[in-house]
Amino acid sequence: MAVMQNVSIRLTEEQGMLLDVARGFVRDQAPIEVVRSQLETETGFDQVTWQAMVEMGWAGIALPDSVGGAGMGVGSAVPVFEAMGGGLLGTPLLSSTLAGQLIWRAAGESAADWLGRLCAGSVGTVAYLDHGDWGAANLGVSLGADGKLSGSKSFVADAGVADCFAVVASEGGEPVLALVERSAINDNALSENVLIDLTKRAANVDFTGVAPAQVVRGDTVVPALRDTLLLGALLTAAETTGAAGKCLNSITEYLKTRKQFGKLIGSYQALKHPTVDIYVGMENARSFVYHGATVVGDGTLDHDGEIACRMAKVAADDVMVFAGDRSVQFHGGFGFTWECDSTLFIRRAQWAQQMYGGAIHHRKRLASLLLDS
Amino acid sequence: MSDNKAALNAFREEVSAWMSENVPADPGFLLPLTFLEVGTEQQLDFLREWQHKLWSAGYLGMHWPSEYGGQGADPAYQYIVDKELGKHNAPIIFNTIGLNWVGPLLLDMGTDEEKAKYIKNILSGEEIWCQGFSEPDHGSDLGAVQTRAVRDGDDYVVNGSKIWTTLGNYADHMILLARTNTNTERKYDGLSFFLSPMKIAGVEAHPIRKVTGEYGFNQTFFTDARIPARCLMGEEGGGWTVAMKTLEYERGVTAGQASGHWGVTIQIDDMIEELSKLEHDGEPLLSDPVVRDDLVGFIMEAKALSLTGRRMGIPALNSDYPMGLALSVKYRGTEYERRMKQYTASKQGAHSALYVGDADAVRGGFWQRAYFSNFGATIGGGTTQVQANIVAEHVLGLPK
Repeated sequence: MAVMQNVSIRLTEEQGMLLDVARGFVRDQAPIEVVRSQLETETGFDQVTWQAMVEMGWAGIALPDSVGGAGMGVGSAVPVFEAMGGGLLGTPLLSSTLAGQLIWRAAGESAADWLGRLCAGSVGTVAYLDHGDWGAANLGVSLGADGKLSGSKSFVADAGVADCFAVVASEGGEPVLALVERSAINDNALSENVLIDLTKRAANVDFTGVAPAQVVRGDTVVPALRDTLLLGALLTAAETTGAAGKCLNSITEYLKTRKQFGKLIGSYQALKHPTVDIYVGMENARSFVYHGATVVGDGTLDHDGEIACRMAKVAADDVMVFAGDRSVQFHGGFGFTWECDSTLFIRRAQWAQQMYGGAIHHRKRLASLLLDS
Repeated sequence: MSDNKAALNAFREEVSAWMSENVPADPGFLLPLTFLEVGTEQQLDFLREWQHKLWSAGYLGMHWPSEYGGQGADPAYQYIVDKELGKHNAPIIFNTIGLNWVGPLLLDMGTDEEKAKYIKNILSGEEIWCQGFSEPDHGSDLGAVQTRAVRDGDDYVVNGSKIWTTLGNYADHMILLARTNTNTERKYDGLSFFLSPMKIAGVEAHPIRKVTGEYGFNQTFFTDARIPARCLMGEEGGGWTVAMKTLEYERGVTAGQASGHWGVTIQIDDMIEELSKLEHDGEPLLSDPVVRDDLVGFIMEAKALSLTGRRMGIPALNSDYPMGLALSVKYRGTEYERRMKQYTASKQGAHSALYVGDADAVRGGFWQRAYFSNFGATIGGGTTQVQANIVAEHVLGLPK
């Protein structure tokens, strides 16, 4: 028995450059005041920032060049998402990237026009959840013989700004992917969720009566969906790891400057040691995330890739939930206020820990992958 | 495949073949799990002979200079040997303080004379080294060392006592941190570092029995012991710097160690294999969902350690905290091992209560003993709690 399996971790020159560039971008274009100014806006992001990201090629970073993407492989998205998480920068990039992955993996060149639009900055999103259980079949929306959908999807990320919806549906019990234009959906079919993380947006969408512009059927749909959910876990983990690093900075800065009882509070081991555990947890999550970036490719995710994505999510969730929670506590009364960035961190933690399945969801599956082979 | 990779692969095969031939069989008496537990002459003789054999074959200190008994090879070669030692369940390479702390320290900071005098005998196992840092009243707080060394002609006269001196009762030399000046402004400036002989009048090592029931530690007493002044390493009063460098080697912060095989290698796979043989509620233990979830946690910790170790070699992924991963190696690794061993020792039903010596004990009480023994790693070289302070202060910049 060899439970450790693949332990490779590499950073390509391209990934290293992307990490630098993306961190610089976030630092210059999206300092925390800018992020805060978008918390209570309708879309949660600034269109100018999004356009700048599109111009950098990030909207199509994980898609092949044949459809207008950067052709750098899905692993190249990891440093970008880590950097974005480091700024708590909310944009539709995660939604659009995953919609691109699902459509590409399920439909390939036959959906080239959809993929080209995503690369050019149209926002895409995956409509997956029926009620909120990431581990359920989520085939509650059905495609009828009349070519129309019936049923609703919940928690559709960035639905309010999406141009293209990749709807996971069933046709006679078989899973299919229905590609839907925003223009085919009535405005009143969307009801915005009140999300715990104010940098993110999602809505429930009723697709009843909507005719998809294209339907993807066949053997590719199930593996494409599985891989997209795993990549969603990995990219969310990358973003969460970046956020955990930022949260750690915020805690250490406060511990270095705040005095109580005549001493800097960072000198108390009761604060110091848990902060070290946040640091170690963040470094571990970072290792898993870049291991994921190393082992996932454009093809179907293999055993190692699946393990890597799930472990990355578990590690990132665990450290971010702990870091966000301790950030509020360690900032004392100030930490309890809206003004303190701890508010943003704890809300990000609670949002991220459920996305693409929480720790228990992935640990249960890891147990089988690791112990039953 | 590059030439280098091909050469390393060929070397791995050569070493593996040599080990199959030469790793000694079970001697029929209990061998120590780590270098901290060499407690009998029988164990000592056996391990000394084994180390000498490995060194004679050219497989120890391979990356040390050939003029001092090494091979002048790339560190990758020694890494392969260490891995193969683990794979072949080879007995430990016991002269660890010499091989992993003193040797690299001398190669780094020693004079040519010191290198020529000591290093080869460290590798061959001819001379055993121990460490005299901690004192009964001062464990991890080395700045508070009180053992006195007073210059008297060509000698220093030493009085005081050192504790946890692993291998002290067998050692030929000690790296000794002693106070040569009690009137310095900073307590660190009064310390000096000696390469001190052990087999001289006035030095006595008294074995201490440990929680495992075994020996290996000593309390070493100095009573007007006369150490030649030429045994001073560096300047008088410059001992703190040398001691801190030693700790870098001890904690694995800095590379250069002659062999990583200082303890019996216990891998996550050993744990899973052991647990897979056990039952619980009449069912295989590994079918219990709670146990399965626990094991996912352990496997993830093991994998994180391995991945993070590899990530240390990627500078672009270390730019936020350049020394962070190195300075947290001990903190991250030793606690995981302790919990992993405790877990395995505690999942054996009523057999969990048996210890080494009972014929019915699971694997001869291996896990129970390994768990207790592991405190050597979480306490020795600076406790976990001190390591947390080091990471907090030197990596995160938090105040003392």
